This record gives sequence, C-alpha cells and structure tokens, in this order.
Amino acid sequence: MTDGALKVEVWRGAERGAFQSFSVPRRQNQTVLDVVTEIQREQDPTLSYRFACRVGMCGSCAMVVNGRPRWTCRTRVSEAASAEGALRLEPLRNFAVVKDLVVDMAQFFDKWRDAHGYFAPAARPPADFAVVPPATPARQAADAAIECIGCGVCYSACDVVAWDKDYLGPAALNRAWTLVNDVRDAGQAARLAAVAGDDGCQCCHTHMSCTSFCPKAIAPTYSIAGLKRSLFWQALKGGTR
Amino acid sequence: MMRASHKQPGYVAALLHRLSGIALAIFLPLHFLALATALNGAAALDSFLAITHEPLVKASECLLVAALATHMTLGLRILAIEFLDIRERTVAVLTGCAAAVFAVGLAFLLNAG
Amino acid sequence: MTAALFLAQRISAMVLALAVAVHLATILYAIHGGLTAADILARTHGNLGFFLFYSVFVAAVAFHAPIGLRNVIREWTSWRGPSLDAVLAAVAVALLVLGMRAVIAVYVA
Repeated sequence: MTDGALKVEVWRGAERGAFQSFSVPRRQNQTVLDVVTEIQREQDPTLSYRFACRVGMCGSCAMVVNGRPRWTCRTRVSEAASAEGALRLEPLRNFAVVKDLVVDMAQFFDKWRDAHGYFAPAARPPADFAVVPPATPARQAADAAIECIGCGVCYSACDVVAWDKDYLGPAALNRAWTLVNDVRDAGQAARLAAVAGDDGCQCCHTHMSCTSFCPKAIAPTYSIAGLKRSLFWQALKGGTR
Repeated sequence: MMRASHKQPGYVAALLHRLSGIALAIFLPLHFLALATALNGAAALDSFLAITHEPLVKASECLLVAALATHMTLGLRILAIEFLDIRERTVAVLTGCAAAVFAVGLAFLLNAG
Repeated sequence: MTAALFLAQRISAMVLALAVAVHLATILYAIHGGLTAADILARTHGNLGFFLFYSVFVAAVAFHAPIGLRNVIREWTSWRGPSLDAVLAAVAVALLVLGMRAVIAVYVA
C-alpha cells in the first residue's frame, strides 16, 4: 500500500458536526500534519487546524489520529494509517471544540493554575542563589517531569477527565509535582491543599493512558502517585487540611 | 461523537478492579446475612448452606472467589505503583494477576468438590 | 476522592490485603470435603482470635467498600454531593452492623 490514495476522514464542525471524507495522494515520509496541510491548502481552505513548529517541539498540532491522541507532525502516515489506508482525524478529547480540529485550551490551563502549577516565591528574595544539586532525589523527581510543554495529549487520553469534568488532570498535577520537588518554592502547603480536593490527585485510577501517550515520555502517573504519597504522609502525621 | 482513546492495559486493569469491587460490594451484605442465620442456631445456618450444593450456586461462589482474588491482586498493583513507585511492565503484571486469580479459582473448584 | 478519604481507602486496603489473604487461605482449606454449619461453628465458637480478626476485617470493609462505591458513582453517574455522601455513610454503618452481627453470630452460636 505504498501507492494509491489515502482516505482521510476529518471532523468538521464543533461539538456537533460530522466527518468529511477527503482523498490525499500518499507520499514518501508523509506525516499526518502534511496530510492535513495538503487538505487545507489544496482541497478545502475552510478546514481549521493548529500547528506551529512542525518539528515536534511546540505541541500545537496535537489531535486524535485513528483513536490515539498524538502530535501530527511526529506521526508518520505509514505508521498511523489503518490496514485499509485510512486516517480518521478528530480534535482532542475532553476539550471544548472551537472548530474542526481546533480545541479551546482554556480549561486545561485554568486547571494548571488551580493545581498551583506555578512557582510561588518567598516573601523576600533569598540572600543568595539556591544551591540545588541535580543528583538530589527531589531534583531528579522534578527533572523527570519538567519537560512538559502543555500539549494536552495526556489530558485528551485521560479517562477520569472524561468521567469527571472537574478533575485537575495529568498535566496540571504533573507540573504541581515538579514544583512540590522544587526546594526554592515557598508555596508548598497551598499547593498540596490545592491538589487534595475531591477533584485532585486522588482521582487518578492508574489507567496510565497519560504515560502511554505522552510524546515527551513523561510519566504523569508517577508524578501523581508522588502527590498522593505526599498527601498521605501529611494526613497521617498532621491530620488533613 | 468522540471516540475514546485507544484502550491501554492499565484501563483493563482498572475496569476489572472496579467491576470486581462492585460485585463484592453487592455480595457482602448477603454474606453477612447468611452467616448471621447462625444466630438462630446451627441448623438454620446448615439449611442455608444446603443451597450452596446447587451447581449454579457453586459456580457463583467460584466467581465470587475469583472476584475477590482479582480485586486483591489488582489492588496490590495499585499500592505498589502509588507507594513503592514500581515502574511496571503492565501487561506482564496483569498476566501474573490473571494467573493468580485462575489458580485461586481452580483451587476453590478442586476443594469444593 | 479527598485526601482524607484516600487515606482511609488505602489504609483499609492494606489491612484487607492481609485479611483477604488469610480469609482466602482459610476458605480453601475449610471447604475441602464439603462445608457444614458444624464445621464453621466448631472453628469460630468462643474463638477470640477469630472474633478479633474478623472484627478488624469488618471495620476495614466498612471503610473500603463505600469509599470505592463513591468513586464509581461520582464518575459513572451524575450523582454527587452531600446526598451521596450521606447515603454512603449509611451504607458504611449498615455494613458495620451487619458484619459485626455475623461475627458475633458465629462466636456465640
């Protein structure tokens, strides 16, 4: 099946809509982003989609390809297409759809903020630079999870987000974990409280879809487990909240 | 409209864990009630136990024992991931769990005679 | 699930891991050759060890099951909030009562 056309079904519309079929010639080393771009430039200029760097650095092109959330610029058609040479493209799951393949990322980043996924400086600037040896366990834990660029693939893959719209989600919690392990941060108590609620880290049921699909090989499942442990010991020692 | 993400082994594990838990939660009050018939004397408990000789009841018991073993082994997996930070090869772990459940179910059937 | 519920859930899980292992082993041993009330009661009657063990077992279950059901109901149905929590608290009490009733029944019978 190296020659012949690719049958591409693309979601058109918003929450309600339908799949529209296109036929795109197969080319060597074609990526799914190449396919979407060709459709939009050559066949239907009204198709909306996102991309930016097209080299696997920014995460803007994330969408669901044949049921799997991934970056289209880093997905080869030869690997993703079905046996019959078909592609089905949908916007990321668990996000409000703006149009076609474009989703509204607002809630995703709101949850990032709600989980205290931001650095909280001390009241006064420190007297000197913080000394943070890279080999310390805390820094290693933070470094293992720090490369997240907020692409939303994990959030799309997460079943608990699908079941509980208020669940903070893997990305926000993963970022919170990196900050829990940041010795310079002064907002730890508030951060742990933020991820301890009924929609917090405890909701993770270890499906590990996030870890499985993360294009940067981050394991949010284990970051979330770290948060669970932190809260567990805190509750055991000092009572909750 | 939106199809779910391609199902991962962890999803299967969580689903089995959840369904076995629900089954046990439903069964448990019945179990307590059955045992409490002993309050009316051994004969009362015996007459209840008599129905457990029915093949259908035996089969259900076997399933319940399997549900218990399933829920426990998958629960131990969760505890290992959350508290011991075990990085697992999920499919291998699940295969091990399934083997344990099968062994328990078989042991029950062989002993229940 | 809040942090407090999580604590209760995981601790009861650890208790149950041990209790269920013992219980399964006991079942497999006890049913060999058929099970009668006399067999069960001969073991449990006046047996303080059994009584204490199963009391702990019942207490752990009374925490573990309702919290687990709470997760399932909140995620798979649209029911949540104080009414759900109240109902599940009642379930917990019911399990505790029924369970202790059974434990006492086989202790005194």
